Amino acid sequence: MSLVAVKPSPPSNDKRWKIVDATMRRHGHEPRALIETLHTVQETFGYLDDQALRYVALSLRTPLSKVYGVATFYHFFTLKPQGEHACVVCMGTACYIKGAPQLLEAIGQKYGIKPGQTTADNRLSLLTARCVGSCGLAPAVVFDGEVVGRLDKSDTLARIEKLICAKPAEVQHDT
Amino acid sequence: MTPEELQKVAIIEQESQEQYDHRIHVCMAAGCLSNRADLVKQQLEKQIAANGLERRCTVKGVGCMGLCAAGPLVSIQPKGIMYQEVKPTDAPDIIQTLDKAPIERLRCDTAMPFFKEQKKVVLENCGLIDPERVEEYIAVGGYQGLLKALTEMQPAEVIEEVTRSGLRGRGGAGFPTGLKWSTVAKAQHPDGRKFVICNADEGDPGAFMDRSVLESDPHRILEGMAIAAYAVGATQGYLYVRAEYPLAVKRLKQAIRQAERLALLGNNIFGTPFSFNVDIRLGAGAFVCGEETALIASIEGKRGQPRPRPPFPAESGLWGCPTLINNVETFANIPPILRNGGEWFAQIGTEKSKGTKVFALAGRVKNTGLIEVPMGIPLRRIIFDIGGGIPDGRKFKAVQTGGPSGGCLPERFLDMPVDYESLMQAGSIMGSGGMIVMDDTSCMVDVARYFMEFCMSESCGKCVPCRVGTAQMHDLLVKIIEKRATDSDVRLLNELCDMVQSTSLCGLGQTAPNPVLSTLRYFPEEYEALVQAGREREAAGSNGSAMHVAPQLKPNSTQPQAHVDSEVTP
Ligand SMILES: Cc1cc2nc3c(=O)[nH]c(=O)nc-3n(C[C@H](O)[C@H](O)[C@H](O)COP(=O)(O)O)c2cc1C
Ligand code: FES
Repeated sequence: MSLVAVKPSPPSNDKRWKIVDATMRRHGHEPRALIETLHTVQETFGYLDDQALRYVALSLRTPLSKVYGVATFYHFFTLKPQGEHACVVCMGTACYIKGAPQLLEAIGQKYGIKPGQTTADNRLSLLTARCVGSCGLAPAVVFDGEVVGRLDKSDTLARIEKLICAKPAEVQHDT
Repeated sequence: MTPEELQKVAIIEQESQEQYDHRIHVCMAAGCLSNRADLVKQQLEKQIAANGLERRCTVKGVGCMGLCAAGPLVSIQPKGIMYQEVKPTDAPDIIQTLDKAPIERLRCDTAMPFFKEQKKVVLENCGLIDPERVEEYIAVGGYQGLLKALTEMQPAEVIEEVTRSGLRGRGGAGFPTGLKWSTVAKAQHPDGRKFVICNADEGDPGAFMDRSVLESDPHRILEGMAIAAYAVGATQGYLYVRAEYPLAVKRLKQAIRQAERLALLGNNIFGTPFSFNVDIRLGAGAFVCGEETALIASIEGKRGQPRPRPPFPAESGLWGCPTLINNVETFANIPPILRNGGEWFAQIGTEKSKGTKVFALAGRVKNTGLIEVPMGIPLRRIIFDIGGGIPDGRKFKAVQTGGPSGGCLPERFLDMPVDYESLMQAGSIMGSGGMIVMDDTSCMVDVARYFMEFCMSESCGKCVPCRVGTAQMHDLLVKIIEKRATDSDVRLLNELCDMVQSTSLCGLGQTAPNPVLSTLRYFPEEYEALVQAGREREAAGSNGSAMHVAPQLKPNSTQPQAHVDSEVTP
């Protein structure tokens, strides 16, 4: 009898697992597809949970310890769910010397959270980034994926208020 | 695609451009986009339609025009008028004055040193072509370099041409590119596979050159990689891009699809036996993955940890095969070198540093943005002429190049030429091109602490000197900033710098002490003042109370000048 691995079944009936499966299939379920697969999981589900890591490990025939090792090595991957809205303050050199620490402090004070944390009501996650590539417009903050440059404290706080007050569908770009 | 077809695509595109009296370029690179350049473009299109000018004018999104500080930028060709800080509401005025005198209130002076002092090789198409259309790249001579290499030259001749150009790697270390190519070309592997990798991990926080090139002129990188693959005998390429650059990834994916459709990538390119494919691999936010052996581990799906060299990737790289790794900007220099010849390139720059260098000018300088200058230009010209000097009437204090691996240079180096050797001698490095200007509001000890914190958290943890040494140095720097340090702490810091530098496994650890060493060397008085303050405090109060106070002080709150200016935003 040959040792044909049984194809593991996804952790849930969620249709989004099909997207993850597609990525793994494209790479022939080779262990080398690990990082690409984790990217897809995070893109689809927002973060990497226990179930997802186990499923990916089984599907790619890779030890769970290795999957966990890779997931925690790279800063881009997060093992915790994010709040409804994310505010990413760039702490790259250009932003740092143009006052990013002060922005971070102001946000932290107002919402009572530190970088990496989410408010108790799950409305806002505060994160930091190494550099978002808009150094010419430092200091830069990314509000739900939208990069905004040349910010000061009051601008930043006003934008966050607008972000978390708007219902997701109503988030409007201002001009 | 045949050479004739390539020519035809170019001619058709040129003609279709020329039929317009006015071509309006709107910068759609990350900087201007974050200032809502997309809305500006939308309004311009609406106005053209409203005025029935569709046959006379066209609007296109282009890549970075350089002066990010004044975005969104709009330029009107062929007149060459440039407008800055354009708002969507300016669209009607812009369209109505197309045939008249330009609008003075929006005018950006293209005769100012920011534009005049630059020399564009890598950025020649940035801001001129639409990065989302391969036809535009072809119309300005794109893929001609590849055509010439494949149809008129042997692989060895291509390498010779690159060697003649004197091009050195733009990823930081400045290794001669021709030499690297010939090493990979000579290397053999039992199954015959070789790889070409483009390092687009751009980890230096505060640098965005590679991002701008990828977003503004993606086909140039594909062409450069294809030429390299032909020269070294590879058939598969990987582009390792940071996941933090979604727009660059999108444009690269699009560019690869377009090139495949036109058979500029794939099998039997230009009807020759040469085949080449490119895949994208996403980085995941680890600075160390910019290091070549760590990058290879990451492409293999592993944790990005470096390994000792030799063997160098040129001999044993991806999956153990000979692998050529070059930086984005290195590849971007290849097509013009092939088109114009190595000698042409070697005329630009200095004796040992040929060509131009792209810098991301940022920090406390008026004209922040993307610039390209000939090697050998003095720092002063970059910061004060091109950069427009220090804003808010402040005084220049230091310029940081090379990111976490580089150093801070004081005023007395301003007249030094910018080349690999001079920067190294002064205690910094060329790096990949981040250039951050600091004024008298920055505390240099805090800058050193900032970079050490970066290296500490980015250390992959594989070797002890880097993992433990960076943490110890960081603690010492915090101690100094919190005025708790003694002279022996400063001595210890010096010794640790030396140890970490000489015993770390990879470049991350080996260069991590540079920001500390350069600030210790050029700004000793700042360290001394903080240590002196600690001595005084110790003399004044009991030891116990000093310890009690210290942890509450944050690094920033101890910079007297930084406090004064913490509210100033440009
Ligand atoms: C810690 C570390 C980070 C690096 N980061 C980058 C980077 O972000 N981009 C890059 O092109 N090279 C980076 N390098 C240099 C690469 O290892 C390699 O030398 C370079 O990609 C070679 O290309 P070149 O010859 O074209 O310069 C880094 C090196 C080290 C040690
Ligand atoms: S340093 Fe903040 S965007 Fe680069």
